[in-house]
Amino acid sequence: MKNKRDILLTVAGLVVLFGAACYAQFEMGSYVRRIINLCLIYAIIGLSMNLTNGFAGQFSLGQAGFMAVGAYVVGIFTVPVELRPNVFYAEPMNPLIADIQMPLWLAQLVGGLLSALIAFLIGWPVLRLRGDYLAIATLGFSEIIRIVITNAQSWTNGALGIKDIPALNDVRYIFIATAITFLFVTCLINSSYGRAFKAIREDEIAAEAMGVGLFKHKCMAFMISAFFAGIGGGLYATLLGTVDPKNFLFTLTYNFLLIIVLGGMGSITGSMLGSIIVTAGLEYLRVFDEPLELFGMAIPLFRPGFRMVIFSVLLMACVLFWRKGIMGTNEFTWEKFMAFCKNPVKYFTQKGAN
Amino acid sequence: MLKVENLVVSYGGIEALKGISLEVPEGKIVTLIGANGAGKSTLLRSIIGLVKPGSGKISYEEKDITGLNSQKIVETGITLVPEGRRVFPNLTVLENLKIGAYLRNDKDGIEKDIRWIYDLFPRLEERSWQMAGTLSGGEQQMLAVGRALMSRPKVLMMDEPSLGLAPLVIKDIFKIIQEINNQGMTVLLIEQNANMALKIADIAYVLETGRITMTGTGKELLENPEIKAAYLGKKKD
Amino acid sequence: MLIVYGGEEMEFFQAILNMSASSLAQHFVNGFSLGSLYALIAIGYTMVYGILLMINFAHADIVMMACYFAFFGITVFHIPWYLTFVGVIIATAILGVVIERTAYRPLREAPKNSVLISAIGASFLLENLANYLFSGRPLSFPDIPLLSQNIAIGEVQIQAICLVIPVMTFLSLAVLLHIVNHTKTGMAMRAVSKDYEIARVMGVNIDRVISTTFIIGSALAAIGAFMWGVRYPGITPYLGVMPGLKCFIAAVIGGIGNIKGAVLGGFILGLGEIFIVAFFPQLSGYRDAFAFIVLIIILFYKPTGLLGVKTTEKV
Repeated sequence: MKNKRDILLTVAGLVVLFGAACYAQFEMGSYVRRIINLCLIYAIIGLSMNLTNGFAGQFSLGQAGFMAVGAYVVGIFTVPVELRPNVFYAEPMNPLIADIQMPLWLAQLVGGLLSALIAFLIGWPVLRLRGDYLAIATLGFSEIIRIVITNAQSWTNGALGIKDIPALNDVRYIFIATAITFLFVTCLINSSYGRAFKAIREDEIAAEAMGVGLFKHKCMAFMISAFFAGIGGGLYATLLGTVDPKNFLFTLTYNFLLIIVLGGMGSITGSMLGSIIVTAGLEYLRVFDEPLELFGMAIPLFRPGFRMVIFSVLLMACVLFWRKGIMGTNEFTWEKFMAFCKNPVKYFTQKGAN
Repeated sequence: MLKVENLVVSYGGIEALKGISLEVPEGKIVTLIGANGAGKSTLLRSIIGLVKPGSGKISYEEKDITGLNSQKIVETGITLVPEGRRVFPNLTVLENLKIGAYLRNDKDGIEKDIRWIYDLFPRLEERSWQMAGTLSGGEQQMLAVGRALMSRPKVLMMDEPSLGLAPLVIKDIFKIIQEINNQGMTVLLIEQNANMALKIADIAYVLETGRITMTGTGKELLENPEIKAAYLGKKKD
Repeated sequence: MLIVYGGEEMEFFQAILNMSASSLAQHFVNGFSLGSLYALIAIGYTMVYGILLMINFAHADIVMMACYFAFFGITVFHIPWYLTFVGVIIATAILGVVIERTAYRPLREAPKNSVLISAIGASFLLENLANYLFSGRPLSFPDIPLLSQNIAIGEVQIQAICLVIPVMTFLSLAVLLHIVNHTKTGMAMRAVSKDYEIARVMGVNIDRVISTTFIIGSALAAIGAFMWGVRYPGITPYLGVMPGLKCFIAAVIGGIGNIKGAVLGGFILGLGEIFIVAFFPQLSGYRDAFAFIVLIIILFYKPTGLLGVKTTEKV
């Protein structure tokens, strides 16, 4: 239960961060803004994955597919009608949707809702499955979604992808979307539903014996997760300006897996921290893809692809040696923050004692 | 022969054994009785190497075997009939016996011992080609004992052999334990069924929440009023 | 309903009738070969799952690496193909054991999800490593004329490799079943898959049994990969991904943990995939989805798989 002080502090904190977003929007270059936006979007999707995998203990690998749904809804319905024949040049757009154009916010909402609906349809057969089976099944469905998108030429333009999506890369807008996501999930986790999820994660049989409806709650977590993944996908589409089925290979899901493992599965704060590290890291690791010269000698290791090797080594190292991630299952709370501010040294040594 | 000194074992965050000492002399039947959760299984699991003790010493024939892995301990001649039988359900009766002799290489010796087991347990011979998972509880218990005997052990440890079995079957099992003992086997027996265990035991220990609280011969403890009250069902006055 | 679907039904029958016997035979050969390849790879999945209760996500990428090994052996180092074949099997088996030792063994006592993530990580690492070392450009699996030549049987043109593949598969299956059912090591493997703790009490060296499982699975995958390369010569770092998913599904369809089931599942998927596309060419873009649809059906009607046995879970 959040008390008054916490709520005030949270609002104040958000205002400060919004101010930072404004600053970023107007003062920083487009490259940095892009990274910040990508980081926020990845945080949303990472959090959505944490909801099923970290909190409800349901190992789902379907995020890329749900992202794709949201991204394509936005792509299909926001490209201005007059530009569409140009985009859909191989096969004309299906007449049912050819003339429907939605404002961005509506398209994103519809994208999220459609993702949630698909999650429900997928979830119905799949959520009965245990651990690894669930992983394979969700992975498979993620790929099926991508296959359908690649083949439904008149609806999605198939392998050609959709371009000319009106761009929205205003940091403030994306920040607000991220903030809403995080607030919603925080409230959800702190509610009785959140406790039900954690109970399911710890021991399904015991939870069921306690009266927690297994399927209902798993489905809820799955659908909400898909909803936010869809929203994230929609934002991703406007950030890139184009969508292409190859953007949504299941290997994209591995990015989010790293985010939640690194940040701590079961920690909301962890998802944000993980996203910052991974997104920034992915960008700054680009240096490994370029040939490097030291003292006039080319170092043979540095060439395209090295970045991703380091990335995957990082994932392996994390899961082998640092399973809990940065935050484990801990969260940022104002109390801890204040304790830290008052006496940083004491904060860390006290934690050790605990 | 088998000696445990001040063994402390933690299991799942709880201290299951709080420093126990006991001795199993050669050729005797030693029993450890106690309620559920007293730590009896943990003791056997520590001896056989499935659980690493926190502190204390386990020695066999003067050699320190504390903390060794199971393979080495079985090689020295100690074997376990686990709680709940735990036969391999996807192996036949014969294969279960053969895997009991996994560490042995003498084909003739193994054949002879299989013959020995079949003589002890004729029902097993009838079912030698059956999958062990299809046997009844009593038959599985016989198979588990037979499997343990196949390694030609010197010390046979048994974890609650009577659990889940019908009374007549339990009688059979205990008769066989005595017969094996007569043939020279040292037995360390853990039981909740205090009555049957104390009847055949040469030496008995009582384990309560991780500590040995009483020891004596089987007969002595059978007559002991406290034991009677706690484990044997005191007669109504 | 009949009226709405009448068109497709008519198409289907027309397809069968119009298809000549030789076409049908051609498709059957293709499907049977594909099914055999799936079977070989599926065995690796089912064996590891049977013993460790985990999906070896990296298995598919081992197949991929085997193809690259073969490429280097024959095309780069000019080693005769039959020697390279043996070398690839050995190298792949070693790779499999290395993965087991580094990625899976340390997490044996950890919660189930951790080893799953580790498997995903290992798979990802192999793919990125291949991408980095060999570049993402598709390479061409070396041509082995003896195997890739076409043989005419009646009106049907069959690639020689299509005759070799099922033979290799059934040979490997026979050898494997002999090992599993009639040797001490195989008995130990079966015991470990049901109760590894008590197997330890019997004196079985669990680590060695698990390593043996990986060696066998990886060796079979290498055999499959080599033949896959002859049949489908394009090698990329991601060549294992889709087949890997399908092969695991094949293992599930047949009953996870059951070797014969994996083979059965492989054939079902291989034949099904070829024939669906043969009869409904307009669905060819969706051919990969076939496996997942069969998976859903099986999970609904017989979740333990076609040859699987129901096990009760004690609470």
